[in-house]
Amino acid sequence: MSSDATAPSAPRAIVAGHGDFAKGLVSAVEQITGRGAQLIPVSVHQLGVEDIENVLRARMLEAGVRVIFTDLQAGSCTMASRRILRDMSDAVLVAGTNLPTLLDFVFADGRSGPEAARHAADRGRAAITVHGAGA
Amino acid sequence: MTIELYRIDDRLIHGQVVVGWGQPLNIRFIVLVDDAVAASDWEQELYRMGVPPEMDIYFHTASDAVAAIPKYRSDPRRGILLTGDIATMRRLVDEAGVSAVNVGGIHSRPGRTQRLRYVFLSPDEESALRALSERGASVTAQDVPGARPVALADLLSGSAS
Repeated sequence: MSSDATAPSAPRAIVAGHGDFAKGLVSAVEQITGRGAQLIPVSVHQLGVEDIENVLRARMLEAGVRVIFTDLQAGSCTMASRRILRDMSDAVLVAGTNLPTLLDFVFADGRSGPEAARHAADRGRAAITVHGAGA
Repeated sequence: MTIELYRIDDRLIHGQVVVGWGQPLNIRFIVLVDDAVAASDWEQELYRMGVPPEMDIYFHTASDAVAAIPKYRSDPRRGILLTGDIATMRRLVDEAGVSAVNVGGIHSRPGRTQRLRYVFLSPDEESALRALSERGASVTAQDVPGARPVALADLLSGSAS
């Protein structure tokens, strides 16, 4: 096996959203690539806005990551992340995350976290297609 | 049309409000009543970015909301009014004639007891909800439209959890 095929295991980003969104997506990334350990799933069930922000901030600082992926533009995790970005200028938030976004991110070994996140967001956006019924 | 929902939700603008209620009720505006948000351009911009382009959002302090509510009630579009706490809603019940209050989300915090998956209350907050009811407002807990509304008595007795 070449070194290129070795899966990096250091966390590089937080994934957060409604229900089990984060856990589910990270599980899918792990199943497809074996690189799920780069992503830290965060669940915010039962938490208020301030606590969501505190949890996300704590996980970022603990793991030394500066990238957050969230599900919905209007979601509480997105709101909390935008508050974090206000005083963490080197961090980046991607809202509207899908599986192709995360798959691209975990293979972007040579890019910085924020650079990889922007590239992944472009890939995720382009990965949505419609088939059938004259589409 | 009018204000379809008067909701207490400590997350204010979030997915359940914008999508969960907003889509099925065809909501076209949100009135966010919160003194801290009304005093901060940055906070307002944060929440403004959370709503889709077809939805307007208006910000008020509790004081100026009382005067503004009649205008929103006569708006031809459908709207939701949000407060982040019970005290603000109590003022609107007392001074603006709000007659039905939706408890949509009051989340975990030290000193609060869990009543529903999405409602945690301190003893003072329980008293405040009772006071809303005593003033004639119908108070139910319901996080999303498809969920069963929980009557205040059931909420406070713990029989709904």
